[in-house]
Amino acid sequence: MNQKNKGLDRVLAWLAFASIAVALYLVFVNAPLEKTMREVQKIFYFHVASAWIGMFSFLVVFICSIIYLNTRDSKWDIFAYTSAEIGVIFTTIVLVTGPIWARPIWNTWWTWDPRLTTTLIMWFLYLAYGRIRSSLGEEEKRARFAAVFGIISFVDVPIVFFAARWWNSMHPVVISGTQVGLAPEMKPAFFFSLAAFTVLYLYMWRTSIKTELLRAEIKTIKDNVLG
Amino acid sequence: MNFLDKVRVLIWKEITSELRAKEMLSSMLVFSLLVVAFFGFALDADNNLVARVFPGILWVTLTFAGILGLNRSFVSERQNDCIHGLMLCPVDRSAIYFAKTVMNLLLMGIVEIVTIPLFFVLFNYSPPVNIGLFIFATFLGTYGFMAVGTFLSALAANTKSSEVLLPILMIPLIVPALICTVQVTKVLFMGDISTLSPGSVDSMWLFLRLLGGYGVIFTVVPVMLFDFLLEV
Repeated sequence: MNQKNKGLDRVLAWLAFASIAVALYLVFVNAPLEKTMREVQKIFYFHVASAWIGMFSFLVVFICSIIYLNTRDSKWDIFAYTSAEIGVIFTTIVLVTGPIWARPIWNTWWTWDPRLTTTLIMWFLYLAYGRIRSSLGEEEKRARFAAVFGIISFVDVPIVFFAARWWNSMHPVVISGTQVGLAPEMKPAFFFSLAAFTVLYLYMWRTSIKTELLRAEIKTIKDNVLG
Repeated sequence: MNFLDKVRVLIWKEITSELRAKEMLSSMLVFSLLVVAFFGFALDADNNLVARVFPGILWVTLTFAGILGLNRSFVSERQNDCIHGLMLCPVDRSAIYFAKTVMNLLLMGIVEIVTIPLFFVLFNYSPPVNIGLFIFATFLGTYGFMAVGTFLSALAANTKSSEVLLPILMIPLIVPALICTVQVTKVLFMGDISTLSPGSVDSMWLFLRLLGGYGVIFTVVPVMLFDFLLEV
């Protein structure tokens, strides 16, 4: 790691810290209380931001997997699975904050709404992606198989969404007339949360990549010394 | 030899080895029969509720039986390094994939021919009026399962714990196929589609189309990626 990268890491870390602090202020102080949902609605800002990061990191996995299969540069494999790890964490946050909000608002913890179903299946898919990695010893094979699964599961996500949407349309409607856009006063808190989480994602991603690259380096050195 | 001939030869090889070993079909059949009986005990087959969840029970059983068979599909090639022999064949890798898929479809077909009528008997259910459509939907659904399953079975066969890994990989991926097949089956079980409400018939066609789309997508994507799974 050279000095310039270290500087960038530090900037990202402080930027993430500061922007999340500002986002918290905007969410709890600046943004008005929603008329019917009151305080409960506050969870929405971080819930959506986490969902965005979850989706985004899986897109990164998909792209990095394709590049890995084309270049066979282990760097891209590291990019892919560090992103998958973070994606799983944020998707877990989505799946936890969602029911907390849904219980008082929809009067149920869970409904098989297309978005909920898709998120849940996506979460399972990337947990499985992690399982592939941990059940294969050889590095090259692990990277190759994980990349293949990273591609195929991303292709699956939109199909799950469509299937769940049509499936759900046959069920009684639990959700009716919620979320008709966002009040203009809520917009700063909302978009700032999105930005803050994105910075946090970038920082976490870079840190994991750094760790993994160091791990790979240590392994090479070890192999050279022990020969 | 053109592509189809090559696939035919490979399918013949699969059938021959299955006829000699008889390891997949017998266990799949016994398993699915057991699960049918097991659901009977667990759910009180006389209960009215069973009628509503029947398509779900049917497809869960078939999926699990399928996974049981898929577990052996590529693992059996590990013995004596058969997989390397297979890879040395002067054929496109996708021919191997298609041959395995067709073989798994054949096995599942036999399991379905035995299990589905038995389901009707044990749960006191009358077969759907539109039997042709039912068979078509069953075929499309099974194809979706097997196209994805065969591919993942090749992936999982390389790992230490393939029997545990395969269901974990496969079940989330086949969720759309399961939803579609169950929904189509459900509508077909409601009665003759010419007498049903247009809403449910429309939704059935919608799911059938999605199932077809799923089959196409998960034929194209595995074919594109299969080479990467069979590298030395």
